[in-house]
Amino acid sequence: MSVLSTPTASASASAEAATLPDAAPGPRRRLTVRLPRLPRLPRLPERIAARLTPGVRLWIVGTLTVVAIACFLLLFIRGSFDFTFPRRLTMVGAMVVAAFTQGVGTVIFHTVTGNRILTPSIIGFDSMYTLMQTLMVFVFGGTVIASTEGMPKLVAQTTVMVLFATLLYRWLFSGRFGSLFLMLLVGVVIGMAFDSLSTFLQRLLSPTEYDLLSVKLFGRLSAVKDDYLPLAFGVCAVIAVIVWRRRMRLDALLLGRDAATGIGVDHKRELTVMLVLVATMIAFSTALVGPMTFFGFIVATLAYQLAGTYKHAFVLPMAFLLGLFTLVAGQFLMQHVFYAAGFLTVIIEFVGGLLFLLMILRKGTL
Amino acid sequence: MIEFADVTKSYQEARVLGPVSGVIEDGGITAVVGPNGAGKSTLLTIIGRLLDPTSGTVTVGGMDVRTTRSRDLAKHLSILRQENHMTARLTVRELVGFGRFPHSQGRLTPQCREKVQDAIDFLNLTDLADRFLDQLSGGQRQRAFVAMVLAQDTRYVLLDEPLNNLDVKHSVLMMRQLRRAADELGKTIVIVIHDVNFAAAYSDRIIALRDGAVVTSGTVAEMMVDDVLSDVFDTPVEVHHINGRPTAVYAA
Repeated sequence: MSVLSTPTASASASAEAATLPDAAPGPRRRLTVRLPRLPRLPRLPERIAARLTPGVRLWIVGTLTVVAIACFLLLFIRGSFDFTFPRRLTMVGAMVVAAFTQGVGTVIFHTVTGNRILTPSIIGFDSMYTLMQTLMVFVFGGTVIASTEGMPKLVAQTTVMVLFATLLYRWLFSGRFGSLFLMLLVGVVIGMAFDSLSTFLQRLLSPTEYDLLSVKLFGRLSAVKDDYLPLAFGVCAVIAVIVWRRRMRLDALLLGRDAATGIGVDHKRELTVMLVLVATMIAFSTALVGPMTFFGFIVATLAYQLAGTYKHAFVLPMAFLLGLFTLVAGQFLMQHVFYAAGFLTVIIEFVGGLLFLLMILRKGTL
Repeated sequence: MIEFADVTKSYQEARVLGPVSGVIEDGGITAVVGPNGAGKSTLLTIIGRLLDPTSGTVTVGGMDVRTTRSRDLAKHLSILRQENHMTARLTVRELVGFGRFPHSQGRLTPQCREKVQDAIDFLNLTDLADRFLDQLSGGQRQRAFVAMVLAQDTRYVLLDEPLNNLDVKHSVLMMRQLRRAADELGKTIVIVIHDVNFAAAYSDRIIALRDGAVVTSGTVAEMMVDDVLSDVFDTPVEVHHINGRPTAVYAA
């Protein structure tokens, strides 16, 4: 029970379960291999946890996020306010878009795939982005990266990636296959093929061109141009409305395909709609701020722990707020406490990768 | 009334079911029995529109299960499969609440809450209602899923091996509760079941499948006969009457 129980089990709950004489091992605990005890996430005492309704939890995280944003925007302004403030505001805007697309996208992806370890990038998004950038430098030379920056390029990149994902889903759901795991497997294989092709092409580049390219291959929150943001906000707002109206159906999808169909959810349709939305979100995020493989995963995993409920009405906003808080607070600390000029996203990916490994070791299974 | 006509299911070249045709009358419990691989679960999941048949039509209460909207169908027909995997962590009450989804689309009305409570009480889960599912034993969890199906409050209830995971005591309790649901709530219940004696003791009609075809069907009295059962299971079976109850003996 101790090692493989779900991480959200409260202290008293596990004690109760331990005293149940006939508590048969559930389907999730099939694994008999006992792993060494890994550090558990800290728990709140039952008395306090009971008062923390999902709504209260959202308010707490929301308040922290607002405080972090205020600190980031207003503290440590050296030199002209009129110069610094708009730049920081643009960065916060980019962070809002990244947190929304990655956080909400990953939670939805987890729900529809019935799996909380996979990330949307497993269907090859990051690899596709890398390949597109590499191809562009390979074909047109390094200078093209800087000279073609603009709205048409962003829209084109997003469109290509959504098209790719939608075609993949269409093909795989056309009845002959109809298996989610097959689709994911195909996604992984395609991603690997893209990665290999990118690596091959990168070897052929001159060092200067490779240097120009490598800047594009990490998430870059500070380099987002403010003229993209209105479009990004518009897309996020439309997606937010669609998802919010379907939040109850998302809850039902947690029951799995059969049970969800049994209670009257059109599973195939919901799945397709949701996967296209996820594709749009991740594609947009990747095209705007670059690949971030594990960021969504961290945020979603923390959101499940902290939301205190399974309901998407709370989990989705929680994932968004946690993502925003992580980015803003992280950037603030990086700039003003550690005086580091590096990429925040690289650190987030590093921590996220560790968390990913930890989760796999704790669960012992996908 | 559940009607299925010329239903077949094939995977690539291999035909696993059919063609089968038949009618399940309203009211009471109908048990579907047969050896492994006979197509019992396949037939049930096709009737419950979880699986598309290769050919044939199924109507439940006059509605074609393939063309009726899933949402409308869910108000008349509920189905529970054997394995229910869940990613989220739900309490029993939350799970049973999902049974009201076809009626409320997720927003529970006071009337829904009443139905949920009734279903929980009906399956003796009152003390466990606020426990999480992963804190329950296999049998308790099974009952929670059956409670969800009952909370859906449909005329037709399809259950795929509801006795799976249950010991003798809980199997008997479960069958008694299903019997009560049929008698007191007037539901039409179809169950896939392995144990012929459970089928004989608690159901009204038995449908026997073998090799993807209906071998025979009828009332319990008609079906609990040496020759019929021996033929269905391809094994010598003797039926003895113990305290007036037909009992199949096969482990001899």
